[in-house]
Amino acid sequence: MVDVLLFAELQEKAGSEKLSIEADGVTVKELKKQLLSTYDLDNINHAMIAVNEEYANEATVLAKGDVVAFIPPVSGG
Amino acid sequence: MEKNFWLTSEPIEINDVISKVVRPEAGAINTFIGTVREFTKDKRTLYLEYQAYVPMAEKKLQEIAEEIEVKWKDTKTAIAHRTGRLEISEVAVAIAVSTPHRKDAFEASRYAIERIKEIVPIWKKEHWEDGALWIGDQKETKSYKEQLPTKEE
Repeated sequence: MVDVLLFAELQEKAGSEKLSIEADGVTVKELKKQLLSTYDLDNINHAMIAVNEEYANEATVLAKGDVVAFIPPVSGG
Repeated sequence: MEKNFWLTSEPIEINDVISKVVRPEAGAINTFIGTVREFTKDKRTLYLEYQAYVPMAEKKLQEIAEEIEVKWKDTKTAIAHRTGRLEISEVAVAIAVSTPHRKDAFEASRYAIERIKEIVPIWKKEHWEDGALWIGDQKETKSYKEQLPTKEE
């Protein structure tokens, strides 16, 4: 299982800030597809990806226990 | 342990941020303070709400300080950013950079706020009289299409 963290509008759309998903050994791209089939998260394709608190790309292969965060365009400051 | 980069749900005391960068080698301390603006064009903000991916945001703030050190040398940086609900004029972010000479301190603190808007996972929700919206992509950086943050320029 991997933990999926959602923020801002993605969190509101999913109605959850953290999901536990069976995605060991799959790419972030495949994980996204899986999420899109369950949740109304169209904007996930505009989000950056972080795996274990570092920015990563869609091709990253996930391992058990990874924490994947979908980071919508940031607006701090 | 001394923490120079932090997120907090409590009001930011600017002096707490400044005191982190005070040192004998410094001849200048420049601060940037970002506050909650009431009007953007004709639209009136009632309050803001900030959300953050706290552990990653603190790491990224530290990375910005490391970038600053590479660019200007002999710098010391501290940054605090608020989370939660903020009223008009409250401090959202405070940055302090100390350097031996003033020019570098000005430039580096400017750099810090620009980088915050690019790479630090913090989000602002605007609450207006007629609705609310999570604000994103203030810098409209192309690289979001590749789902990776902008590289250091």
